[in-house]
This record gives sequence, structure tokens and C-alpha cells, in this order.
Amino acid sequence: MILAAATNENLAEISNVLIYSAMAVYTLAFFAYIAEWTFGSRSKVARTASALTPGTQAKKAPAVTVKQGGGTAVLERPKVVVRAASGSRDVPDGPGAHGGDEKGDLYGRIAISLTVLAFLLSLGGVLTRALSVERAPWGNMYEFNITFSTTAVGVYLILLALRKNVRWLGLFLTTTVLLDLGVAVTWLYTESDQLVPALHSYWLYIHVSTAILCGAVFYVGAVGTILYLFKDAYENKLAKGGKPGSFATSVMERLPASATLDKFAYRVNAAVFPLWTFTIIAGAIWAGDAWGRYWGWDPKETWSFITWVAYAGYLHARATAGWKGRKAAYLALLAFGCWLFNYYGVNIFVSGKHSYADVGLGALAAVGF
Amino acid sequence: MSKTTTDGAPTAADDQDLGAAGSQLSTAPTEDAPHLPALGVIGWARWFWRQLTSMRVALLLLLLLSLAAIPGSLIPQTGVDETKVADFRERHDVLAPVYDKLGLFHVYSSVWFSAIYILLFISLIGCILPRTWQFVGQLRGRPPGAPRRLTRLPAHTTWRTGTPPEEVREAALALLKKRRFRAHVVGDAVAAEKGYLREAGNLLFHIALIVMLIAFAWGQLFKSEGNKLIVEGDGFSNTLTQYDDFKSGNLFTNDDLEPFSFDVKEFTGTYERTGPNKGTPRTYQSEVTYTEGADGEEKTAVVKVNKPLELGDAKVYLVSHGYAPVVTVRDGKGEIVFQDAVPLLPLDANVTSSGVVKVLDGYRNPEGKKEQLGFNAFFVPTFGGSESGTMLSQFPALDYPVLALSAYHGDLKADSGIPQSVYQMDKTKMKEFKDSEGELFKKLLTPGETMTLPDGAGSVTFEKDVKEWAGFQVVQEPGGGWALGGAVVAIAGLAGSLFIQRRRVWVRAVEGPDGVTVVEMAGLGRSESAKVPEELGDLAGILYDRAPGAPDPAPDPSDSTDLDPDPDPEAVPSEGAEKP
Repeated sequence: MILAAATNENLAEISNVLIYSAMAVYTLAFFAYIAEWTFGSRSKVARTASALTPGTQAKKAPAVTVKQGGGTAVLERPKVVVRAASGSRDVPDGPGAHGGDEKGDLYGRIAISLTVLAFLLSLGGVLTRALSVERAPWGNMYEFNITFSTTAVGVYLILLALRKNVRWLGLFLTTTVLLDLGVAVTWLYTESDQLVPALHSYWLYIHVSTAILCGAVFYVGAVGTILYLFKDAYENKLAKGGKPGSFATSVMERLPASATLDKFAYRVNAAVFPLWTFTIIAGAIWAGDAWGRYWGWDPKETWSFITWVAYAGYLHARATAGWKGRKAAYLALLAFGCWLFNYYGVNIFVSGKHSYADVGLGALAAVGF
Repeated sequence: MSKTTTDGAPTAADDQDLGAAGSQLSTAPTEDAPHLPALGVIGWARWFWRQLTSMRVALLLLLLLSLAAIPGSLIPQTGVDETKVADFRERHDVLAPVYDKLGLFHVYSSVWFSAIYILLFISLIGCILPRTWQFVGQLRGRPPGAPRRLTRLPAHTTWRTGTPPEEVREAALALLKKRRFRAHVVGDAVAAEKGYLREAGNLLFHIALIVMLIAFAWGQLFKSEGNKLIVEGDGFSNTLTQYDDFKSGNLFTNDDLEPFSFDVKEFTGTYERTGPNKGTPRTYQSEVTYTEGADGEEKTAVVKVNKPLELGDAKVYLVSHGYAPVVTVRDGKGEIVFQDAVPLLPLDANVTSSGVVKVLDGYRNPEGKKEQLGFNAFFVPTFGGSESGTMLSQFPALDYPVLALSAYHGDLKADSGIPQSVYQMDKTKMKEFKDSEGELFKKLLTPGETMTLPDGAGSVTFEKDVKEWAGFQVVQEPGGGWALGGAVVAIAGLAGSLFIQRRRVWVRAVEGPDGVTVVEMAGLGRSESAKVPEELGDLAGILYDRAPGAPDPAPDPSDSTDLDPDPDPEAVPSEGAEKP
């Protein structure tokens, strides 16, 4: 018994060391991303500008020209010509943070390698934490936070591994992950401990893990949305013949086209929306078992409902005339704001049945106590 | 629903090119510009209905709903925690009446919140009914024919082949059907469509939402919820009179109560001994034996937090726990006049408890007169020691139980007909027992100890056996199954509507001027997706194997770029399209 407790304390210690190491490596990754952006600024490619600046537009090659597959190459497939939908700007994606610069690209690759390393360290931190408490590591906000950042980076790395165009996310992601972990170790740190009986349920694994995953994906979507808003404003300015500042040009030119960012954000949000629905329903089922009612307008429930409705609004807005584009993007940010408030705000400012997730308050929370 | 094709002012000439071919890839309503109707009740009603069922208003209602839900999470709600509401009323004597008027203490059953979601659901029904109808029409119809200029579509490919056009079309038709497209030949082209499940999922999702709402409302109306405190060894049968307190929905009748009974064998609680969470429960469960129906078989079960006992429609939850010290009261002659476990109510997390021991019958005072006895009881499972200066419990387990009693005699007024709390004493007709100094007679007892009342009035023994009690909540909420079913269908429908692409593919094969067949393929999805060109490439690759390429006739490939025989770019060639 005593021996077991000692091992557990050791594991908790190891977990802390791993989390701090992850933060250190994320910091290095952060600087590497900065280097990537800095070296990338040497490139003078301005594809967006040339696509949108009046006068240069005529040079654009007509989209519908290529015909292939004829000739004698029998094994060759006919080539599919893709054409942008009417009404949307035909803007090419930027080259990425490195801007085509070799040194920038090198630093970008270093940054990604460091991100992978930091991810593995924080994953180790989460796992050792779980082992130290012999349960799912989602019993308090500290544990939520470290799992959340691990998951968010995991989502990013998976998208990268799937060869999606997401390298531009790196800097923004590591910045916030550092903030998230900093908040976790500074304010939210809680000694590892067991759970109150109300949390002894397999629904903990289902409900909380999906909630964290949804948050991480929503977060990635929100970063895409914010960048979309900036890039869209940049493109609008160019299209109107304006001349954005040199810093804006340097950064924006390297980001994907606003349409790409918008599509990315939409896909990410739409993909995870059913999972969020599931999270709420799983929570309701658990609430039915634990609290005697599956829906009781507890603050956490209410805010997850508000978040759900806000994201539903966003998905509808994208299909509604007059709401597409920027307005829908604002809605998406609002929805993510609701998610954030549901996580931090409700845990810290509002007391409810979910308050065992509270900052170090521990105890007291189980049903009827 | 001709609206879809005629309306919606396309923003670019390209859209007109697609004509009917691009239409009805979804049944999403088109947006009319808001226009004022002609006067008249019917005109207004129609205008109102159209507004209500428009996407724009539905969107606003959605946002309004999320906004309206916010106050309920910040202001205490009667449905969630009534003591907090009372507390709030006490602290805000100006705000509270205003909140009361606005229904802010019960936001989710308030008029305005209800108005929003009822309008939203009417809007929803008004939207999905015509869409379902339209979708059925699309299912019964066939994919629209190819637009004349396939090059205008988002994904397009073409090649020349020696295979005759009919054979190409046949091969294309077979291929598309094999890929589970709905396909048919219209004129010189094959028209195919796939992904109807998107629309089906969308409709299913929205219908499931309505089912969930109805199930929830149904549950609220027929719901019942009662609490019962049971000491180890005691039992309960599910009738209204047995409950300590009971709430029910508007349409609940007593016959709806599920017939069952159960006995509490034992309550087990263990608590964290050390660390910052000292005192936090670790195990918390109650062993019960129960029978279902009037005379069912006796079974045993363990009721835990998260693991209610399910008996028919009813669920029995373990919600609270406390101690019930066994107390024996003897009169002056040493006859036992009272011996029972007295449940006491916990006051804090360490189960400092209080209550009353009432001796109603059988006691005669030393003068031989009938009297009633009352003892204010204060109990701590873990006493801090007399030098600690506190009577508050230090730990929730029975480590050092101490019972403090103060004694009264007289009339408890229990027979006055007014219901009385078993945890409180009406002292208006009670007199204090006095100690030697003339103060209220009171004493701290450890298990097994006896205190002797002054003047030979008898004695009170705190028996060694301290029992525990468990508080149960019995909830019956019908409609839960429907709500769950609705939820599952909603997720499935949502996944279908978000992950499935509805897309059309056209394959045109015509004989060119030089006798060589020109094959053109084009794909169209509702949203721009990389999947549409990918799939088109796959299909084209397979078809290309069946109808291999023929050499280009012209040495300069730039001459052959425009295969379109129609030189007029503004043409609107949608005649060939078939309406569902």
C-alpha cells in the first residue's frame, strides 16, 4: 500500500517533469516557427496581390484550357480540370510560412520536428499522470488543460501526416499551447488524486475524452477562422485597389487563400459537430445515471447547449444568403467563445453540478453531498 | 417547388449555364428578398409564415435561443437549486421582484424562452415538411440531363476515342450504376447522381430534434420524483404516502407509480484519509433487497452513485447518507419506553449531524403522569476531542462518534394535527430538564454510555451500534427512451448530412466532325470539394480504359481546346434538363 503510493507519487513527479520539458521544447519550436516566418519574409512572391490587383488579372490563364489524355499514352488518365465556383475569387494559396525560402523551410521542418517531440513529451506527461492516479487523467482543470493541448497538437500533427495544407497553423498553435500549459502549471495545478464517486463511471472516458477532442478541433477551426478574417480583409483591400502595409503583405501573402482558410475552418468545425452532439448526449446519459435526470439545465449543460446552438447557427449561416463569409466566421468565433466560456468560465465563476472540475477545490462535489 | 429553379437571382452568368442541371442538388430553401405583402389577413398570414420558415429567421431564432439560455446559467434557478434562489431573493430585494416578473428564476420554463423555441420548432417543421415532399419528388424523378457546356462545371475532363459514342455511353452507364449512382441516358449523355443520403440525413436529423423535444416535454409532464430516507434494516414500498417529499409533473397520476418495494441492508462509505482531498468519499454504496410488483421474487442489488436501481420505469438513486444513532430511553422504573435508530441530518461534509429524539408514548414521569420526552441531538462521527473546542466533526467516518443530547419534557404537540418535521422539536409546550446549576440538562455520550436524567426521570443510553441511513431519490421520467432514440438518430442524420457529398456526374459522348468520338465528363457537387474532381478522375480513368484515347487530329493542341460547338458564351442551354 505504502509502496504503491510511493510509486504513484513518483509517476506524478515524472508527469510534472515531462510537462515542463514539453513546455521547454514547445518554446524551442515556437522560436523555430518564428525563424521560419522571418526567413520566409525574404521571399517577394505576391501571388494574391497579382491575382487581385487590377491590371494584372488579365494575365491569369483561363481555367478551362487543358486537355490531356489523348495522344498515344494509353495508360495515362485523362486529366481533370478543376474550376473555381462562380462568384468566388480565384486566388492561389500562399506558399506557407517559409515563403519558398530554403532556410525558412529548414527552420519550419525543425519546428515541426520539435513540435512532434514536445507532443510526445506532453503525451507522456498525460499518460504518467493517468498511471499515477490509476484513472483517466481528466479529474480536474489541470488535467483537462494538459490533455487539451496534447490533443490540439495531436490533431495538427495528424492533419500534417495526412498531407493536408496546415503547416501555417504551427506558430499560432504552439503559441496558444504554451499559454494553455502555462496557465495549467501556474494556476490550475492540482496534486494527483482519486476521483469522487460521481466520476466513477465509464462515461467519464467517453464523455470527457470527446469533450476535450471537440474542444481541440474547435480550437484548430477557430484559428483557421481568425486567419480567414485577416486574409479576407487583406484580399478585399487588394481587390478594391488598396495597398496593405508591408508587414501585412509579407504575412498574408504566405497564408493560404481566404477561400481555402474558410473551407478549412468549415470542414474542421463541421467534422467535429456531430461528435460535439454526441458529447452532449453522452453527458445527458451519464447525468441520467448519476443525477436522476438526463437534462437539468445545470450551467455546464446550459453552456454546452449554447455552444451547440451557436455552432449549429454557424453551419446554417454558411448556407444562408447574406450570412456567408465574414458574418458566418464571426458566428464561428462566437461559438468557440461559448466553448471556452463553458470550459473556463463555468468552472471558475459559476457553481454547478460539474464543479468537481473546479480549480483545486477538490472534495465536496459529488451528488447530494 | 419551381421556386428553386426560377428564383434566387444567380450572381454570375455561369450559374445560368448550369440551369436545371445544377438545381435541386439540395432541397435547401432559396431566400426571397423580404417584400411587404398586400394587405389582408391571408396576405399577412402567408407573409408571416414565409418569414418564419425562412432560413434567415430560423438562424436568428437559433441565435436568440442561445442568447436566451445564458441568464439561466448565471441566475439561480428554482428548478436547479431552490435554496440558492431563496438566498438570492434575500440579498437582492430590488432585483428579485424584477427577475420574478421576467421569469428569470425559471428561465427554461418562462414564456419568452418557450416562445423562442416553439417558434423555432414551428419554423423547423415549416421548413422540413416541404423539403421532405420535395426530396420524395427528387427520389421519384431522375437526375437532370447534362448541361450543354460541360466545360463550365467545377470539374471537367475530356478525351477522344475510337470507340463509338453508344458504346461509351453504355459503358459509362454501367460504370456509374456499379458505383451506386442513379444514372440514365438523356440524349447524347449519361446523367448520374449520388449521395441522396445527405438530404435524407439532413431531414432525419431535424425530425429527430422534434422527436427529442416532444419526448422531453412528455417526460416533464408525466415526471415524478420523490425522496425517501431509509435507515439500515428498514424498507420502503413505492406509494405516495411513504415518501418524505414528492414532486410530479402536471399530468402525473398516482396510478403511474411503479409497484415495487425494497429494504436497505447496509450502507458502505469509505473516505479519503489523507491529502488535500481528505474526507472525500471513495466508496459510497448501499446494498438493498428488492421485489418488483406486488409479490415478486426477492433480489439483491447494490445501489451506487452512477448506478441507480432500475425498476420498470422507475430509477432509484442513492443521493445522500447520514448516521442514525440507536437510542434507548428508560423511565424512572427502568422500563424501556423507546428504543430506535434516530436518523439525523448531516450539516457539513464531515457529517456533523443534528436532529431530535422524540418519545411520544409510554413514558410516565416520576409522579406517574403521562408525558412526552424530547431530546435535541447533535452527532459527530469523529469528535475532535473536548479540548478542540469544537463540536464539528473532523472526518465523515465513525472514528470517534459522540452524541450530544439536551433533554426536555412536556408536550411535543405531535397530535395537534399539524404535520411535524421529525428533525425539529416544537418547544412551546416543552420544559427543560435542569442540571444541578439550573441550566439546561445536556451531556456528551460515547457509544455505550448512559446519561441519567435528573430527579429520577429515567435514563438515556447511546447504544454501541450506530446505524447509517441512505437517502434515495425515486424518479420516473417517461419518454427517456424516445429522447435517446431521437438523439441516436439525430447524430446519424447529422453525420450523413455533413459527411456525405451529393454530387452529379455527366458523361457525354458524341461523334466529332472527323468521325472520332469525343468524350466529355463533368462533375458537380453542392459545395466545392476536392472529392468531386477526385472521383471524376477515378471514373474517367476506368472509362478511359474501356474507351481508350485516339490520337489528336491537329498537331497544335491549342486548337483543340474548345470542344464546345456553341460559340455563344452567354447561352443558357438548360432545355435538356429533366425536372423531377
